[in-house]
Amino acid sequence: MSHQVFVPGFCLPVGCNRYMESPDPEAGVTLSIRGDGLSFELLNKFRDPELCGKVLDTLRAELSGGLRFMEVCGTHTVAIFQSGLRSLLPEEIIHLSGPGCPVCVTHESEVNAFLDLAGRDNVIMATFGDLMRVPGHHGRNLKKAQADGARVKVVYSPFDTLKLARENPGDLVVFIGVGFETTAPTIAATMKMAREQGIDNLRVLCFHKTVPAALEVLLADERAGIEGFILPGHVSAIIGLEPYKFIAEKYGKSAVIAGFEPLDILQALLSMVRWRNAGEAHVVNSYTRIVSDGGNAKAREIMYEVFEPSDALWRGIGCIPGSGLEIRPEWESFDAKKTFGIVIEEGAALPGCKCGDILKGIKRPDECPLFKKACTPANPVGPCMVSTEGSCAAYYKYKLD
Amino acid sequence: MSDKVLLDYGSGGRASQRLISELFLKHLGNDELNRLNDAAELTVSGRIAMSTDSFTVDPIFFPGGNIGSLAVHGTVNDVAMMGAVPRYMTCAYIIEEGLPMDDLERIVASMGEAVREAGVIIVSGDTKVVPRGALDKIFINTTGIGEIIVDPAPSGDRARPGDAVLISGTIGDHGLTILGTREGLDFQSKVESDSASLNHLLVRLVRELPEVHVLRDPTRGGLATTLNEITHSSGVCCELDEASLPVRPEVAGGCSILGLDPLYLANEGKFLCVLPEAHASKALEIMRADPLGRDACRIGTMTDANPGKVVLVTHLGGKRLLGMLEGEQLPRIC
Repeated sequence: MSHQVFVPGFCLPVGCNRYMESPDPEAGVTLSIRGDGLSFELLNKFRDPELCGKVLDTLRAELSGGLRFMEVCGTHTVAIFQSGLRSLLPEEIIHLSGPGCPVCVTHESEVNAFLDLAGRDNVIMATFGDLMRVPGHHGRNLKKAQADGARVKVVYSPFDTLKLARENPGDLVVFIGVGFETTAPTIAATMKMAREQGIDNLRVLCFHKTVPAALEVLLADERAGIEGFILPGHVSAIIGLEPYKFIAEKYGKSAVIAGFEPLDILQALLSMVRWRNAGEAHVVNSYTRIVSDGGNAKAREIMYEVFEPSDALWRGIGCIPGSGLEIRPEWESFDAKKTFGIVIEEGAALPGCKCGDILKGIKRPDECPLFKKACTPANPVGPCMVSTEGSCAAYYKYKLD
Repeated sequence: MSDKVLLDYGSGGRASQRLISELFLKHLGNDELNRLNDAAELTVSGRIAMSTDSFTVDPIFFPGGNIGSLAVHGTVNDVAMMGAVPRYMTCAYIIEEGLPMDDLERIVASMGEAVREAGVIIVSGDTKVVPRGALDKIFINTTGIGEIIVDPAPSGDRARPGDAVLISGTIGDHGLTILGTREGLDFQSKVESDSASLNHLLVRLVRELPEVHVLRDPTRGGLATTLNEITHSSGVCCELDEASLPVRPEVAGGCSILGLDPLYLANEGKFLCVLPEAHASKALEIMRADPLGRDACRIGTMTDANPGKVVLVTHLGGKRLLGMLEGEQLPRIC
């Protein structure tokens, strides 16, 4: 998602003020920055073409036998393409984009549910902007619903819904809660604040998903042959390192929590290549300027005060046990599913669409028969083309033939 | 006059007359407009460039300008991009009932300043007032004509492999200013719209260098979209060098916070110039001599590699496609 929404005091200060060193001085890169906050000078170091060139050279020299890696965050997908990094990686390094874009994995029955709500009398839909164009059945989307008179308000922060609810006391404001562990705590905090302020006309349509259970599904499917993960920076800022440890312990694969700059990604790849060369598997946090190993306990506490783990339907993948969040019974007065009697269930798959295989790393976007033909960003068929951070959209938008 | 714009002012009756004489003629008046005929009588010669644009920007006042000045700059620039000297303009105001009269006067006064600066005159105008809620505050349409002074005129289909691609200054300023103002964001450093009339600089440029192939202002859709239009019309490829793109640090910072790409943000006081390599340094010299072009620089080259495409050579030296804007990044930026 293009908006990483943090509750002030929750995330950004974590790890920002620590003394940071490059995890790989042997790569010829010695990076040692006193990071007082996230300055642009600091970020520029992680984009430095010369430093990146050195790590790329080391990577080429030490690579033996290729590497199939997957990133599971839409922001990483875009970063790898946008920086041109993808065109510079050795051919033997195969880059797969996993189910890391929350818009992409939002199930079609969830999309139809919010489209059904939009346009009802006395309902104002509040949403992050990236859901506006997501297509449901018969080419419906929120933009068209808005043109037909539905009241749809794009918000930058879930907290904006409080004001919206106060200003429209005769209406129900329904916030579409789509996202991973990154956004769920902020929405939980919004609900808590609404209760404290006595706001009773706010509802949340909770479609949140959690990352670790999905990774296990991918690892269990041998067709993808994933040898390593680049783990999502923002999700990890909340959940920390612990939930990922099974990747090495149970499956013998490596994973690195990495930032979004080219140097972050290159160093993660170099680490994974070296571990594999040494016959080892590790799960490591390299994004220490944002992520602490323990994650953010306060954010998790608020998240689990309001939500509880549940099974969830992932678009293109299906039901993954324990991979979602539902509103707890104590908070059900906020639950839009309860208010409107909404039931989410598996429907028929989209004919021809290979998004399921693409999200699992079994197929590349350009191996789908619909890619660039029936399925384009202007007229997306499958979830991976819908969001600007989806892997098909990134292929379409950035990849040179 | 009332302190608010009333429906009466668009009626065509006495109230309309008062609004026209006490406000519009006061700021925009000239010999032709003052005659208040049903149409203007103009003398023009040769090939004419003509352009129209409607302005719906929200908010109507923003750092660096307002809807009145923008409505002049936008149309003057469109005409000038054809290698033309802008001469005459028309303006049509559609106003929501209840707009504070002071706001209207500020807008019309800015329009007056902008036309004087650009050296054009408004020769015909119209005012309508619509009931509250029928539109948001005020919309303005302007149409402009000018005399083309080069043959052939610069045109989007004239880019050729080997041409240099120049930009007259920093990108993204206008788009970020509008979004920032609308969202009530308080940028720590000053970010303001680049809205300006470029005709004087453009006329100097094409007089000295009639060899210019393409002039375009990268407004809605930003630099990336405009370059795609040019490569598509001309059947060439643009290799754009990311490291040379001029972006103010405060604009880059604002964009990174809001998840926006300055390559897709509107500009209202910048132009792209595509011309044969041999004339590139002279063109930059002319542009940099003008305050509106002081940050001008070369950002790329036209090639025959991927016809119709824009390829970005990234900071890292990687290559990727730079596509057109899909749908809207921001509505109502101009």
